[in-house]
Order: sequence, then structure tokens, then C-alpha cells
Amino acid sequence: MRIGYYPGCSMHGTSREFDESLQQVARAIGAELQEIDDWSCCGSSSAHPVSRRLAVALAARNLALAEAQGLEEVVAPCAACYNRLAGARHAVAEDPALAREMPAILGRPFANGVAVRNVVQLLRASAPAIGQKISRPLKGLKVACYYGCLLVRGEGVAEFDDTEQPTSMEEVVKACGATPVKWNMAVECCGGSFSISRTGSVVRLGRVILEDARKAGADLVLVACPMCHSNLDFRQQAMMRRGESGMPILFITELVGLSLGLNGRPLGLERHFVSTAPVLAKLADAAGQPQKEAH
Amino acid sequence: MARIGVFVCHCGENIARTVDAGKVAEDLRAHPGVVHSEDYKYMCSDPGQALIKQAMAEKGLTAVVVAACSPHMHEKTFRRVASASGLNPFLCEMANIREHCSWIHEDRVRATVKATDITRTIVEKVKYNQALDTIRIPVEKRALVIGGGIAGIQAALDLADGGAQVILVEKESSIGGHMSQLSETFPTLDCSQCILTPRMVEAYQHPNITLYAYSEVDAVEGYIGNFNVTIRHKARSIDESLCNGCGACTQVCPNKKIPSEFDCGLGKRTAIYVPFPQAVPNLPVIDRTRCARFLARARKITKEVCAKCADACTRGAIDFDQQDRLTTERVGAIVVATGYQLYNVGKSQPAGLKGYGEYGYGTIPDVIDGLQFERLASASGPTGGKILRPSDGKEPKTIVFLQCVGSRDSEKGIEYCSKICCMYVAKHTMLYKHKVHDGKAVVFYMDLRAAGKGYEEFARRAIEEDGAVYLRGRVSRLYREGDVIKVQGFDTLSGEPVVIDAEMVVLATAMRSQPGIEALAQKLSVSYDQHGFINEAHPKLRPVETNTAGVFVAGACQAPRDIPDSVAMASAAASKILGLFSKDQLEREPTVAMVNASLCAGCFHCERVCPYGAVEHLEIRDRKGVLVKVVAQVNPGVCQGCGTCEATCPSKSVELQGFTDQQIYAEINALNL
Repeated sequence: MRIGYYPGCSMHGTSREFDESLQQVARAIGAELQEIDDWSCCGSSSAHPVSRRLAVALAARNLALAEAQGLEEVVAPCAACYNRLAGARHAVAEDPALAREMPAILGRPFANGVAVRNVVQLLRASAPAIGQKISRPLKGLKVACYYGCLLVRGEGVAEFDDTEQPTSMEEVVKACGATPVKWNMAVECCGGSFSISRTGSVVRLGRVILEDARKAGADLVLVACPMCHSNLDFRQQAMMRRGESGMPILFITELVGLSLGLNGRPLGLERHFVSTAPVLAKLADAAGQPQKEAH
Repeated sequence: MARIGVFVCHCGENIARTVDAGKVAEDLRAHPGVVHSEDYKYMCSDPGQALIKQAMAEKGLTAVVVAACSPHMHEKTFRRVASASGLNPFLCEMANIREHCSWIHEDRVRATVKATDITRTIVEKVKYNQALDTIRIPVEKRALVIGGGIAGIQAALDLADGGAQVILVEKESSIGGHMSQLSETFPTLDCSQCILTPRMVEAYQHPNITLYAYSEVDAVEGYIGNFNVTIRHKARSIDESLCNGCGACTQVCPNKKIPSEFDCGLGKRTAIYVPFPQAVPNLPVIDRTRCARFLARARKITKEVCAKCADACTRGAIDFDQQDRLTTERVGAIVVATGYQLYNVGKSQPAGLKGYGEYGYGTIPDVIDGLQFERLASASGPTGGKILRPSDGKEPKTIVFLQCVGSRDSEKGIEYCSKICCMYVAKHTMLYKHKVHDGKAVVFYMDLRAAGKGYEEFARRAIEEDGAVYLRGRVSRLYREGDVIKVQGFDTLSGEPVVIDAEMVVLATAMRSQPGIEALAQKLSVSYDQHGFINEAHPKLRPVETNTAGVFVAGACQAPRDIPDSVAMASAAASKILGLFSKDQLEREPTVAMVNASLCAGCFHCERVCPYGAVEHLEIRDRKGVLVKVVAQVNPGVCQGCGTCEATCPSKSVELQGFTDQQIYAEINALNL
């Protein structure tokens, strides 16, 4: 299974651990990720407030490249990249006039024939395979699945799950042997890119999310978006009240990696700001043996 | 030789502004066959009509053409004038020079030429017009009412009191409909059961009403005055002639944990049950999908399973082997009063609709819909009229009501206003405050629509006297946190987001058409809109008639309706039918299709395309009674004169009277194209 890989700006930078764990998990489930050669920025949140055509074209360029490189589908791990790429694909499919002018704007042929998926979709499709391959069932681990605002949203764009009560991350978590908790903040906003311009807002929003996860008895919050991760992990120090312990924020690929028996370091678990040690310790307790891995 | 009179109308300025009516009249004067031509300011007025009568008397006209508005507007008027002067009314035709000419053009010279052309085509047509006689068909003076809710009951009672025989068919085991589930009604807060149950009993006992409860309409054939209706009497598993409604069977039924449909899932019932104590008829029914005996039978278990109800019955009325029974009834008119269902808020939705996942209906037990609140507030409800939370039975001290859940939200697939919710939410806040004095009622609304007698005053009373807090805005989500439901909304008047800790949330969900209404509408050949509401014949002038003659509509199956509206529609439909039944024969326009039996080859293409099922088979036999051929025959009582058969017939043996090929060709030839 050869799949195009669009890392976007974060996967090689701030969320290296997402990239590292994705590569590990992909190898384990037999998915061959081929990075799109000469990929460029998806347009992020800066392009579309300025110009719809620019925003579509920036994302479409990467899809056109994938097409030329013989890829039938592209996985974009970042929720924002996924949203832009899938959004561009949807916009071009819905608007024949836009589709006609795209090749001229891009300076290359563009048939809009590449499917765009995110990591949750990829893992959910492989959930039965993961279920068979797990060597370390994450029994007893309580997981709050956090989708954030973008992953399942966009009318007609991301239609792989319900926008208000999504369940696909829970399916993956169950396949890993862990227990998803019932909680209320699964599709709330983490503040996104306001992390820098309005840190106070991000802290306020993040605190609500983490508090609810804590109340639901979660051992960790599971994410599938670099932005969500950086807001909830990097900014968590500011969200914590006196005496509170940290809430580990794991990428979904890290959790799947753990269940597949992979160790913490290759999965990037030591790169987090909030220590992931409690998660590993709980797993070790459940397995009844001391955890050798230290970081 | 034809002696045709042409009368050109100015319609005040409507025609005369763009068409020179005098010139049209003058040009037509020279047309072959025209012996009289004149124009007048208002042909439809008394002096205008007098002009026509005078010309007919003086010139001995054999046909009349009135060049004026659409025939929809005044054809009847002018045909009556012709008839009064001794001319067959179908020798009078209208040339439409208003809608088809003056209203849509600006160039006066060219519009005048066009008006002349239009009038000339009709003059050429009328030369071939035949005198036609009005069709008379017999009327069966019995009516069928489908649906035993308040609309159906009202229609049945009005018809029966008017002397007509009525058959009332209800699919549930009791009549009463949604109104029997309500606690109290706006805007007077009178108890719903108290005003409804006497009417239910009256309908049941009325000598002119035959009630078929737990029955459905299986098939409808025929036409106005002469419908043949097949009714399916569903198997109750009870012999109705033996049962005396003592209720002993329901007492002993071991399966007592079935969510009651009547209590909207808030109460429980048994497998053999009477839906509510005041049910009419007061007969139990066995739910075969829940009864252990029938479940065992479905699983092919031969061993005798539970027959406790039969053992308890002193009259031997339980009949486990009862089958559905079909009967046929002959009626002259039909009222459709099948009512509504509520929009389901949850995730699973029928095609074309979307749910509100963000409201957690079905996952948070204390988020309920309006009908469920009615059951909580009802004295005969599962809580005996106490407002208690379904989750823990505690009295909620804060209830948040959300209006327009589903309604007015094209994103969810329902763009219309459900009409009743503004009023019943105001009523709910009052009922709540009257029962829980220290309670707090908060309403999120989009607009407060209180159009109706006493409605605005009622809503204001809820706010001013009973202290309901109205917040204008929508709620983005509901979620459970410990004991409370967090209501995240936005107050658009203060421009602030609000979060309210509610102990119960009531969703005023949209009214939708009944499931299966499309199938019923197709059986009746009546049209329905994209939401499944039955279409009325005219939104203003024929509100209770449908596009099929003899079929009428009342209540919420036509659009969201409250009780006063439904009752008014039902009485209107009943009076229409009583008017219909006041004559022994119905008169129909003779502009229907006729088959020339000597030309017809019996291919029956016409039968396949006829949307009204008007084509019948006619056997042609010689004098010795030997079958010569089978040809098509049009039932003039059913034919609506659409002309589809005429266009389809390969041998040109069907003709629409008043619109024959010869007449149409004459019109076309008159254009000299």
C-alpha cells in the first residue's frame, strides 16, 4: 500500500514526534509513505482570508504534484493541512470554472484525482489489522479522544465522521485495547494559531478541555493535530492550577505505536513538554513488570 | 354559416395601456365569419355583459369570443352570459390578451398586432366548437375520514351531524391522536383531555359514524362521488365483539417493561395494552413484536408459551390466531387528516435530514422533546403531573427550553417554521412555574411568533407574570457535567455568550409529516410537497381541497397546524363535503376525453399514461353477442381533461372535447405563419 505523504511545515519541525511515530506505525501496518517531492505550504490559515483562489491553488499545487508522481491518495497528518488539501479538492470538484483555471494558475496539469485522508482515517481503516498485531494491549488505559475543531469539520469536506459526536478515534483506541472515556470537549477549539498572538485565550480554552478530561478520569488526551498538541502540551504549564499534575498529550500514532510494542524513544515520547512517564508507568503496572525505558 | 361576435375588453388600463383595444375590434370586424365586433372598458361588468346580450339578440350570434383576461378568471362569467341568452355555453371562448399580451409587452403597436392575432386564432377555433352538455355523475353520500386525531374527529362529527354517513379510520388502537397526549392547551390553559375525550366518545357513539380503529386504508379506487376504499382491519388479537374492556388481561401480562409510545418512552406498558385509560374504543391490543407468545411463534418454537392474558379473560376474547381483515367501503368523499410526527433530534435521520449531535438527545436522559414534557406535565402522565427528571426523578430547578430545533434550519433539511412551538414553549414555562414555584425557566428563541387570537397576550403573560426568561439566540451545544446540563448559547441582544447550568432541557422539535404519508397520497392521487405535507388545491382560495376532486385535507398533514387551525380546517372540509352531498348528482365540465370506438385499436397506451386512471376497457360485441374487439373508454367522472391520452394515441382516436385536433389546427392556421 503506497500512500503519498504530505508532512506540511510542522511534521519536520515542532511535531517531529508525530512524524517519527507515524513512520513507525506505517511500517508496522504495511503502509509505505512516499513524501511528495517538492511539496509546498498548504496555505494554512493565512491564505484563505486573503484570497479563495490563492488558498485553493496553494493546496492544489501539492495535489497536482502527487498526481504527477503517480500517487492515488495523500495522507496529511496535520488537521489544518488536511482541511486545506481536502477543502481544495472539494472546492475544485464543486466549481467547474475554478477547475478550468487551475492548470493555468498552477502551471501544470491538474485532474483533481487524488484522495486526501488524515491519519485518523488511515488508522481507522487499519483498526482490524492493528487489533491483530498488538503485542502490548493498553488495558486499563483511559483515553480522552480529542478531535479539535478541524479534523471532522467542513460540510462536504471531511465527511468521514459525525461532526458533533465523532467516534473514529475511539474505534482506533479500542483496537489498541485501551478504553475511551466519555467526555464533553472532543470537538471544542484549542485556540489554534492564537497560541502566539493571544496566548491568554489559548490557555483559557485549553484549561476547559483538560479539566473536562481530568473529570472524565482520563489518563491522557489523545490528539491527531500538531496545533492541538502544541497548544495542550507546550502551553499546559500555564493552564495548570497549583497542585495539579500534568496531563500527558499523546499523538494517536504514539498510542498505536505503544500497543504495537514499540518503545517510547523511537515514537518520540521523550520529546513532550508534559512528561509521558505516567502513561508508561501505568502500562508497566498493568503488565506487572517494571518499565525499563527511561527518559 | 358562422355568425361570430367579438368583444374586446380594456380591463380598465390593464389591457388598454399597451393594446389598442379599439383597433383590435376594428381589425376583427373584417374577419370572415365575424358579424359583430366592439370594445368596452370592462366587459365583465354588468353594462359589458349587457352589450354581449344585446348583440346576441340583435345579430343572432352563433358563437361569442371575448378578448380579455385569462379563461381562469372569467370564462365562467361569459359562458353564463352566453347561456342566459340561449347559446350553448361551450360556444363562448376567451382570447387571453391580458396575461399573454398586454401585461408582458411594452411596445404598443406590436402588442396590438399580437392581440389581434390571438383573438383571430380563437375566432378560427370557435368556428369548430361543438355544443357540449354538462356531465352528471351520481354521488354516494358517505364520507371517509382518514385519521382519528382532533382534525379527523371534528370532520367526522360535523359530517355526521350534517346527516352524512361517516367512516372514521384510525391506524392506532385508539382515536385521539397527539392531542390526547397533551397536558394543557394554549392560549387558555384548558386541559386537553377534558375537551377532547367527550368528543372522542361522541364520535364513537354517533349513529352516523362507523369507527374502524387499528385499521388502515389499503387501496382507493374511483372518483369523486364514487370511491371504492379497501380498509385493512389490522389484527388486534382481540375479538372486539366479546371484549368488554375490563383490563384483566393487561394486569396479568408478564412483560411490563415496554416503553410506552403514548408516554413518549417515559412510561412503561405491557405487551397486551390499552394505550391510555381514556382510549376509545376501550379495547386492548397485543403488540405482536413484543408478546412472548408471538416472538416464540416467529422463532418457530412449537411449545405453548405464555397465554396468561387468555387465561385471565373471562369472555374468551383473546384470539391469538386473528388475521388482518380487508373490507371494501363505497364513499363519495374523503378527508385526509393523518396529522404529524415530531422531528427526531438524534444522530440517525431519514434521507435529506440531519440531526443535532451537539444537543445529545438520546444520550443525555434529561434532554427531552416537547411532547415528552407534555407527558411529564399531564395529570395522567407517567409522573402524575409532577415535573420530574427522567434520569433521577428529582424536580429540576432550572429548565432551559430551546425553540426552533430542526425548524427554520435549512442545514438540517427543514426550512419551514413549525408554527406551534413558540406558543407551546410559552405554555411549558407557565406549566412549569405553576408546578415548581421556585423554578427558573429560560427560553432560547430566534423570533417569538405569536400570531393568533390571544397568542401574543399569552406569551407576554409567560414572561411578565410567570417570569420566564427569554434569551434571543441559539444554543451551540449541550453537555452533561455531573448533575447538570451545561447549555452553551449566545444572547444576540446583549452580544454575549452565555452558559447556563440546567437541570433539564426541553427541545421544541420541528413538526414533520407522518411516515408513510407519501404512499397514502399516491393511493389517493393527491400531490404533496418536498416535506411530505399534502398540497392544498389553492393556498388561499381552496385551502381544504386537494388537486383530486372529492379528496379533502384537514389538520397538520397539510402543514404545521395548531388545534384551532386543525379544527377550523376540519369543519371547512366537512362543510365542503356536505355541500357536495346536498345534490343527488354532480355536474362536471364536459371538456373530457372521448374515444372514437370505431377507430380505436385497443392498444391502451392511453391507459398507461393516464395520471387519473380514467381509461376503462369496453367490449364491443356484434348483435349475436360475439366479442368483436376491446377498446378504450374514458370515464367522464374521473377524466380531468389533461389531454395526455390524446397526445399519446397512435391512431388519433382520442379527442379532448373542446380542444379537438381540428380546433387546434384552425388556431395554428389562423396565424398565417
